[in-house]
Amino acid sequence: MTAPLPVLAVEGLTRAFGGLVAVNNLALEIGRGEILGLLGPNGSGKTTALNLMSGALRPDAGTIRLMGCDIAGLPPYRIARLGLTRTFQLVRVLDGMDCRENVMAGLVFGRPHLAAVDINARTATLLQRVGLGGQEARLACELTYIDRKRLELARALAPAPDLLLLDEWLAGLNPSELVSGIDLIRSLRDDGITIVLVEHVMRAVRALCDRCVVMSGGRKIAEGVTGSVLADKAVVEAYLGGIAADA
Amino acid sequence: MNARLATFALLTAAGLSLMAMVPYLANAYWLALGISLLQYTVLATAWGLFSGPTRYVSLATTAFFGVGAYTVAVLGEALPWPVVLAVAAMLGAALAVLVGLSTLRLSGVYFVIFTFGLAELIRQLVVWFEVNKSHVLGRYVFVPVTQALIYWQLLALAAAVFALGWLIARSRLGFALRIIGEDETVATHCGINTTIAKVTLFVISATVMTLVGAVMAPRWTYIEPSIAFNAMISFQVLIMALLGGAHRLWGPVLGAVPLTLLFELLSANFPNTFTIILGCIFLVIVYLLPRGVVGLIERRRETSVPVQRRLPA
Repeated sequence: MTAPLPVLAVEGLTRAFGGLVAVNNLALEIGRGEILGLLGPNGSGKTTALNLMSGALRPDAGTIRLMGCDIAGLPPYRIARLGLTRTFQLVRVLDGMDCRENVMAGLVFGRPHLAAVDINARTATLLQRVGLGGQEARLACELTYIDRKRLELARALAPAPDLLLLDEWLAGLNPSELVSGIDLIRSLRDDGITIVLVEHVMRAVRALCDRCVVMSGGRKIAEGVTGSVLADKAVVEAYLGGIAADA
Repeated sequence: MNARLATFALLTAAGLSLMAMVPYLANAYWLALGISLLQYTVLATAWGLFSGPTRYVSLATTAFFGVGAYTVAVLGEALPWPVVLAVAAMLGAALAVLVGLSTLRLSGVYFVIFTFGLAELIRQLVVWFEVNKSHVLGRYVFVPVTQALIYWQLLALAAAVFALGWLIARSRLGFALRIIGEDETVATHCGINTTIAKVTLFVISATVMTLVGAVMAPRWTYIEPSIAFNAMISFQVLIMALLGGAHRLWGPVLGAVPLTLLFELLSANFPNTFTIILGCIFLVIVYLLPRGVVGLIERRRETSVPVQRRLPA
């Protein structure tokens, strides 16, 4: 009997900056179609962990297996081609290009087997998917904040990734935008997309994440089903403090 | 669309054949001016080919130009002319691969300084080699290439560099470079091997510059390192491309033509204060026309066709 292959399996992941160990012996696993929350206070190493997985940083030690294939230390473009894409904490779209070109950027250099698809049709579908239908010719710099986030998401979705890393994608949205943002990410899960969600917005974490991993000081301090992890005493102390009840 | 393309091709062919007639119609002075115009047009366009989309400012133009010129000075009499040109192109390309792989990881001002130093380094290497190994200080260039032939070769190069730029802009490579120019981090996370993309374009651009140097060499009958590796060429090409607007293929030529004429005028009338005036022109261009003549034209178009534009959030 073999367990299904996890989409991502991280073991012993470590990265130090000088004397500061930003990520210390991190281990985690994500199954297909799952949304994993990666939580922790500021400076706990979440974004560093994301940067290690996506290749923006090279790990000092540890393995990162994407669909069974070790990607630790590969350059970002190779990791992207293997099916792992991401968005950025501070939204990054290509301002001088229109929405169509922004999505194409994710599409045409990504996975080789996508070379044959009808680029225009797929771009239109992706823009539709994130709520930017018909905005192909709009310049990215003309978009509102949430629409820029939507566009960045469409670019990350373009190569049909096996794993999507969202770095505080819901941060900075107003309450009504947050609702539509949560709905959008939930609909991605319904499509079977596997997601790692770094997030501070507890409402979104509760609504979206199947399981959570909580980091503090570069180490994993808790892991499990979202509800019980958020109630965990160590987590409450390290991170949520008194606001846990009303968040 | 096809009709437009056909008209464009027809006009280009007509323009090129008209320009090809110049050596038959003009006297030596106008032919020399035509050569200058073409030389700087090709150099500035080749510069913009790489620096326009990537926004890497290179001062290595004269390094490649000089390598081309020196190849002719050394091999010009030993080998047939086309072979000399081929060797020059290969040397330029090889140098560009080396430089590209070692420097295109540098960004911003470090890249600018490195490329400036590179030209000086190669010049010093050539001086050292000539003095210690071949025991000559300068070389005579005696090759059977007339002024008219130089002009035609430059015209062919100009046609080639525009065709190349047009093709690249429509290719995956061109799209990749535009993304790199926008945001290199995004580019690499989109699956673009940014190093290969940048080096490829750097090599294409440098090869064209090397060929210009090789084609121009017979114009001087005597070459020495300070002539072939003249830093002024790098700066002039940079100013021209910036004045025209390096983010469009047609931009640099809009800077190269007026500035070549201006430099011609200045160096004839104010030979001693030429560099001071050059510096002032550079300042004025950067302050008043940050996006060049092309940017000015584009802004005109935008204001004459009012578009509903919202400010970025």
